[in-house]
Amino acid sequence: MSHTPMSHTATEMMSIAAARLLTDDDVCFVGIGAPSAACNLARLTHAPKITLIYESGTLSTRPSVLPLSIGDGELCDTALTTVGVPEMFRYWLQGGRITIGFLGGAQIDRFANLNTTVVGDYAAPKVRLPGGGGAPEIAGNCREIFITMAMGSRAFVETLPFITSFGHGKGKGDRERLGLKTRGPTKVITDLCVMEPDAETAELTVTALHPGVTRDQVQAGCGWTLRFAGELVETSAPTAQEIEILRDLHARTKRAHGVAA
Amino acid sequence: MAEFVSLAEGIESVVRDGCSVAMEGFTHLIPHAAGHEAIRQGRKRLTLIRMTPDLIYDQMIGMGCAEKLVFSWGGNPGVGSLHRLRDAVENGWPHRLELEEHSHAAMANAYEAGAANLPFAVFRGYKGVDLPKVNPRIKSVTCPYTGEVLATVPAIRPDAAVIHAQKADREGNVLLEGIVGVQKEAVLAAKRSLVTVEEIVEDFGPRNANAVILPSWAVTAIARVPGGAYPSYAHGYYKRANDFYIAWDKIARERDTFMAWMKANILEQGPEVFAHHAGLARQAA
Repeated sequence: MSHTPMSHTATEMMSIAAARLLTDDDVCFVGIGAPSAACNLARLTHAPKITLIYESGTLSTRPSVLPLSIGDGELCDTALTTVGVPEMFRYWLQGGRITIGFLGGAQIDRFANLNTTVVGDYAAPKVRLPGGGGAPEIAGNCREIFITMAMGSRAFVETLPFITSFGHGKGKGDRERLGLKTRGPTKVITDLCVMEPDAETAELTVTALHPGVTRDQVQAGCGWTLRFAGELVETSAPTAQEIEILRDLHARTKRAHGVAA
Repeated sequence: MAEFVSLAEGIESVVRDGCSVAMEGFTHLIPHAAGHEAIRQGRKRLTLIRMTPDLIYDQMIGMGCAEKLVFSWGGNPGVGSLHRLRDAVENGWPHRLELEEHSHAAMANAYEAGAANLPFAVFRGYKGVDLPKVNPRIKSVTCPYTGEVLATVPAIRPDAAVIHAQKADREGNVLLEGIVGVQKEAVLAAKRSLVTVEEIVEDFGPRNANAVILPSWAVTAIARVPGGAYPSYAHGYYKRANDFYIAWDKIARERDTFMAWMKANILEQGPEVFAHHAGLARQAA
């Protein structure tokens, strides 16, 4: 823990903790935003051979800057090949060739179900969100799902107004009852901690706190009463190399888009 | 055989009041110039179909062209909300907008079913989620071989498809390259189609034997509109104007700034401005 002279932001810690979970052997379906930063950081650090796939049809892409949209030209220019969108969803995703689906969301509940559709009533919404896009079938068809999103009591909620993407439903066994053969969400990487579904109940349980973060801080960012694992570990602080590569990636991205992605 | 037309003629004959129209493009090759022409011609009561309605549908919805939207992800990619879409859904401005909402997998499969002249698409999806509760067109079928219950959605069969492509040749064949999305499926699923292109060439010349080509006899009309995908991009021609997508957030947030922008930049302009936009985008690239 003493090799970390550089300070870091909570968002950087989130990207780095998420990136560390990926390996060279993964075939990863990448959502835009926080998942994209984590997946590319992994590729630029310890997992150079990771296969990254974006739903626009780009297979094995190696962008030098983070794409602003899911279909930026950078993704196509650096891809091994680019296929049409029906083929993407039918052969590659539904075909069972993806090991990890990496999703973000507007809201999540204690069983890692996600909402990106509406806040309020569907027919007369208070806030109309973009909708599901690829997420409902990514959540169902990838071998397992990692979710990354920043904590806050409006994002981590007791009850979702709408289930856009299915996690563990109302608890252990719900996926199997629906005939889903995939594992669903196995990790939720936030800016404060890492959560994993409990082996018995599938309820999200805090298994690691990021450096300097307290249980109270994590609970304050969550709308339900959180469970903490008996053996709670501390996430290793970012290394200087991880921070440097992540910041370089964001700086290149900013120069390319005129915005931090 | 495809007919070469002006953009105004193409929109007039292909996109008619009250019809269903798919103006497709998955971030790339979005037919912005064609959408602007439909706005200028005052199209009404359209059913707009698209997996990823973005700025051009935000503009058409805000200008009152649409009565229904069939979609799977409605946002400003990488930036945030589509404010005109939200204003229509949340507040009914400029009028009520009916939604038929799907997932990407559902729509991609539904376009393919449309192109294949099938009545519906079948896929493994929608399990445990709430969309089937609010979209009665999502149903299921039991596989006659394995007993597995699979999701179904009706095929998409639009009255019109509108896409942008890189090139047409003199015979009216159309070539698309890069991220090709669902454009081929949309054109083949539709009754009529309009393709705007960056350029018309004598012959495509040497090309990959597996290039995405729509034969002339599968396309209704072609209009040359250089830069017609701006502010999205045309692979090999110009890059995506990300700064415009970011700027749109502010323009579209309020009704009066939106209307003022539409008046100055669309109602009082013609398709020739797109060549200028794309030229600037090329220089910036």
